[in-house]
Amino acid sequence: MELTFYFAAAVATLATIMTITRYNIIHALLYLVVSFLAVAVVFFTLGAPFMAALEVIIYAGAIVVLIIFVIMMLNLTHEDVDKEKEWLTPKVWVGPAILSLVLLAELAYIILAPDTQPTEALVAVDARLVGMSLYGPYMLGVQLCGILLMAGIVGAYHLGRQKKKVVHRFLQPKEERSAAI
Amino acid sequence: METAAPNYLLIIGGVLFVMLNVAAALIWVERRMLALWQDRYGPNRAGPFGLLIVAADSIKLFFKQDWVPPFSDKPVFVLAPAIVVVSVLLSFVVIPFAPGIIVADLNIGLLFFLAMSSMGAYSIILGGWASNNKYSLLGAMRGAAQMISYEVFMGLALMGVVLMAGSFNLREIVEAQRGLWFFIPQILGFVIFFIAGIAETHRLPFDIPEAESELIAGFHSEYSGMKFGMFFIGEYMGITLISCMLVTLYFGGWLGPDFLPPIVWFIIKVVAFLMIFILLRASMPRPRYDQLMEFGWKILLPLTLVNLMITAAVVLWLEG
Repeated sequence: MELTFYFAAAVATLATIMTITRYNIIHALLYLVVSFLAVAVVFFTLGAPFMAALEVIIYAGAIVVLIIFVIMMLNLTHEDVDKEKEWLTPKVWVGPAILSLVLLAELAYIILAPDTQPTEALVAVDARLVGMSLYGPYMLGVQLCGILLMAGIVGAYHLGRQKKKVVHRFLQPKEERSAAI
Repeated sequence: METAAPNYLLIIGGVLFVMLNVAAALIWVERRMLALWQDRYGPNRAGPFGLLIVAADSIKLFFKQDWVPPFSDKPVFVLAPAIVVVSVLLSFVVIPFAPGIIVADLNIGLLFFLAMSSMGAYSIILGGWASNNKYSLLGAMRGAAQMISYEVFMGLALMGVVLMAGSFNLREIVEAQRGLWFFIPQILGFVIFFIAGIAETHRLPFDIPEAESELIAGFHSEYSGMKFGMFFIGEYMGITLISCMLVTLYFGGWLGPDFLPPIVWFIIKVVAFLMIFILLRASMPRPRYDQLMEFGWKILLPLTLVNLMITAAVVLWLEG
């Protein structure tokens, strides 16, 4: 299992780097999907099969699809790719990269420091355990998420609502039609 | 998961072989059955009963020029048809065909199926987008919206079965149906899953992403040769997969009276569902796109939630 973990982690890292450096947005999103799938494998090897499945279903299967859906409507062309190329100069990314490197060094230190090694063995967390903790200690969080999502749905419905349009003159009520003529 | 039996490779090879051949055979079956139900002959020249039409079709597909449009996004264009076949074939991994005949007895089998079917949406979206063609793009957008919406009801409808069986493991779900198949207590869930399954495989009457009459084949209008063949095979394997899932989840999988072996019961049930899929194609008109979405979000979603609540309440009541 150890080897699969490192392989999946390497794939995830590589795919994420490719995501950031692609100029074509759809290609970048495809690498993002690969990255999510790799992270799902990482979850699986760490003993969380339920989280792995959810990662694929929700992130790779729904959220990225929706992002691609929006990108498709933007009708991006080669000019946009060239423009993206112009924007991504070293001047832009060197600053954030240095800051992230500092964070990476910190993370590496925390992981490698001897006193922070996890002592207990890995425990497989299946769907039942996830459900027990969601509806046990984290009940309030679940409720709050539910309220937030409900607000989102109501808002989306309000924004998307439109007056019913008549698409054909024969479907109009009779008076309107004669008035239009 | 440690089912490394000596015939493990045999099962994998057998499942692959059978599924790919079923997909090919379905082309002939579908054309013959459509013809029967529409009162005409169908393919009847090549070989006995026109059986060789499958061979003729595949030879034709293989020898056709494999044209990649110069205006397309080549890597994505080539990748798209492979995704659908891979994702559908991977889903067959978790299906228990009979006791012992299962490739991977995963504890999250049902979720794995849902995950793979949601990956299938990519092939439509990417295929339509990479073709760089207005009709394809329209088809891809319809496909994306349709598959994402119907995945929601599909997953929620399945949760009724999960509640009753108390497991995501498909083998345990089949075992839990000894005595009473789930389609009786879960009739609502069954109907919704069936409708969502048709939408998910974008078969008629829900073949809106490809709608020949308005979108000239939609997302795959630029595809030719075996790349088109992959979409085609993917679709037939998709309906086989949905039929297998319907049988496993609602019709007791391999369970049946003892005079036939379990695998035969499974095949009989799956074939019955395949016929229903074909009959639907022969008899139903295609709804409008907005009607489909409205039907999904305004009727199916509330119904699934009601079904889920009632099932949960009954299960709790019976337990406590």
